[in-house]
Amino acid sequence: MEIPEEEFLAPGHRGCAGCGATIGVRLALKMLGKNTVAVSATGCLEVITTPYPETSWKIPWIHVAFENAGAVASGVERALKSQGKDDVTVVTFAGDGGTADIGLQSLSGAMERGHNLIYICYDNEAYMNTGVQRSGATPYGASTTTSPHGKESFGEDKPKKNIPMIMAAHGVPYVATASISYPEDFMKKVKKAKEVEGPAYIHLHQPCTTGWGFDPSQTIELGRLAVETGSWILYEIEDGEFNITYRPMQRKPVNTYLESQKRFKHLKDEEKQKIQEYVDQVCAELKI
Amino acid sequence: MLKVISANKALAEAVKLAKPKVVPVYPITPQTTISEYLASFVADGELKAEYIMVESEHSAISAALGASGTGVRVFTATSSQGLALMHEILFAAAGLRAPIVMGNANRALSAPLSIWNDQQDSISQRDSGWMQFFAENAQEALDFILQAYRISEDQDVLLPSMVCVDGFILTHTVEPVDIPSQEDVDKFLPPYQPTHSYLDPEHPMSIGTFTDPDYYMDARYDMEVAMEGAVDVIKKVNKEFEEVFGRKYDLVEKYKCEDAEIILVAMGSICGTIKAVVDDLRDKGEKIGLLKVIAFRPFPREDIYNAVKNAERIAVLDKNISMGIGGVLFNEIKAKMDVDASGFILGLGGRDVSPEDILKIIEKTRNPTDTHKINWIGIKEEE
Repeated sequence: MEIPEEEFLAPGHRGCAGCGATIGVRLALKMLGKNTVAVSATGCLEVITTPYPETSWKIPWIHVAFENAGAVASGVERALKSQGKDDVTVVTFAGDGGTADIGLQSLSGAMERGHNLIYICYDNEAYMNTGVQRSGATPYGASTTTSPHGKESFGEDKPKKNIPMIMAAHGVPYVATASISYPEDFMKKVKKAKEVEGPAYIHLHQPCTTGWGFDPSQTIELGRLAVETGSWILYEIEDGEFNITYRPMQRKPVNTYLESQKRFKHLKDEEKQKIQEYVDQVCAELKI
Repeated sequence: MLKVISANKALAEAVKLAKPKVVPVYPITPQTTISEYLASFVADGELKAEYIMVESEHSAISAALGASGTGVRVFTATSSQGLALMHEILFAAAGLRAPIVMGNANRALSAPLSIWNDQQDSISQRDSGWMQFFAENAQEALDFILQAYRISEDQDVLLPSMVCVDGFILTHTVEPVDIPSQEDVDKFLPPYQPTHSYLDPEHPMSIGTFTDPDYYMDARYDMEVAMEGAVDVIKKVNKEFEEVFGRKYDLVEKYKCEDAEIILVAMGSICGTIKAVVDDLRDKGEKIGLLKVIAFRPFPREDIYNAVKNAERIAVLDKNISMGIGGVLFNEIKAKMDVDASGFILGLGGRDVSPEDILKIIEKTRNPTDTHKINWIGIKEEE
C-alpha cells in the first residue's frame, strides 16, 4: 500500500508521549489529503492540537463544543455543497465520550440525514482529557476515576457500548472498526470512507498511555494485543455486508492484554475469566 | 406588495429575500410555521438553500455555526425551550463571531409548561453576545431580519442577531405587510462576503481553538467593543434601510414622548396596545408617552435616557422576571441612568394585557408607593 509522504497534522502538538489519538489522525489525514475540512469535538485532540495561537492542523479545522460535532459537520457539509464545493471531504474526529455518550444524538442525526461526511471516533475508552473518567465505551473491569476498583468494586461493571453496530443500524453505506496498530487496514478503510457517497463511520481503537497505564513505548503493541486477543475486532460493513478484515492466526489469551495495563491490574481471576468468556462468545459468533 | 400575513410568514418572506445558503431548523410552537414556510420555499425552488431538518435545536444552532464557518449566510429560528437548549452554542456562535441571524418566537419557559407568550426566553440569553431586536408587528419582523443581516455581517460587528416576535400575538396573527421587491432587497443586502475567517482548503485556518488565560479575556473584550460599536452601525443601517424602503427605524421608537409627564417603556407587541391607550389619554389632554425599545442588545442607554430624561416618572413593563430582583429591562434602566421609575411584571405565559391594565400601570406610576417593589399586573390573588 502506498502511503503519502505529505503530513497534514504538524508535530509539536501537546499530546502525551505515546499518544494514540494523534497517530490515528495523522494516518487518516494522509489518506484524505489537502482538500479536506476537519471538525473536532471537545476533547484531548482539540486541546492538544490547537493551543491558541498555535495549531497542528494544516487543513481547515473547526471546533464548537463537546456534544455537537455531528451537527457542526452537517452544517459544514451542506454549506460546502451550497457553494458547489462537493469535492471537499468533511471529516469529524471525536473521542469515545463525544461519540458514545454526550454526542450520540447529534451523531445519530447526522448519520440518519445522510450527509456526505466521515466520522471517526478515536476510542481510548474513557474521558482522558479530564483525567480518566468512565464513558459508555469503557470496557468491563476497567478501573477509572469514576468507576474505581475498591473493596466492593472491581471497576466498570458494564460491557462496552457497541457504537459501530448502532451506527450500522442507521443503514449508512459504510461502517468500520479499526486500530491504530493496523495502519494499512485503517488507512484502506479511510480511503473507502472517502470514496463512499453518504455517511461513513469508523470506530478507531487507540491505546492511551496515560489512561490505561502502560509505558509510552508500548502504544502500538497494546493496540495489537487488543486485536490479537479478540478484545477488539477489525471489520467493515459495506452497504450492509459484514466482513472481518483481520483474523488473528491464533487468538492470544485475553490476560496478556489485561495484565499489561494498570487499569486492569486489580482484577481477580474470576473477573478475568468472565472477560475471557465474553470475548470467546463474541469471537465464536464472528468465527474468529 | 401589500399582503395580509402573520409575523411568522413575514419573517419567512424576509429570509427568502435575504437568500441564506443554509437553513438548519427544528420545529417548536409557536415558531413551527417559520420552519414550514421555509421548507416549502425550498421545495418549490423559491429559496435556493440547503434546508437541514435537524434532530434538536442544539443541532440547529450547531449546524448553523458550522455552515457559517464556511463563510455563507445562514438562518435558523426557534422559541422558548429550543432557545434554552441552544444556550451553550449561542455563546460559541457569538465568540466565534459568526453573523448568524435567528428568528425567535417569544414564548414562556417551563415549568409550568406553557406554549404562550412572554419574553423570558430571549431575555434569559442576554449575556450570550447576541444582538436582540424586538418587533412590534409583522412588518417589523420582516424589516428587522433584513437589517439584522446587514448589522451582523458588518466587519466591525460580526456578532449574531436574534429577531424576536411575540408568540401567537404576532406569530399567528395576520396583518397587512409590505413585502419589498427582490431588486430593492438585493440593493440593500448584497451577498455575504466573508473576510474574517472561514473554512477553505485553499486557506486553511483553525476556528474554535483552545485558549489559555493569556488570550481568552482579550477575545471577550473585543466582543464587547464590537457590541458597543454596533449602536452606530445599527443607526447607519437604519438610515440606509429608510433610503431604500421608506420605513424609518432606530434602536428605540419615541411615541409622543416629547412633552410627556409619564412615559411607559416596553418591548414587542404590547407597544401596540400602549399606543392605543396613549392616543386615548392624549385626546383627554393627559401627557403620556411610550418609549418602545427595539434593540435590547446592544443596550441603547443614551437613546433611552435622552427620550425619558424630561419625564416626571417612567414605568417599565417587563414580560420577564429575574427572580429576586424583578423585570430585567426595568433593572437595566435603573442601573444605567438616574430616572424615577416603577417596574411592572405582566403578560407572563400568555396572561392577557388589556388597555385597562395599562391604565392601572399609569395610575400606579403617577402615585408610587415603593419604587423598589415589583409590581405584578394581572395576578389573580390581587383581585
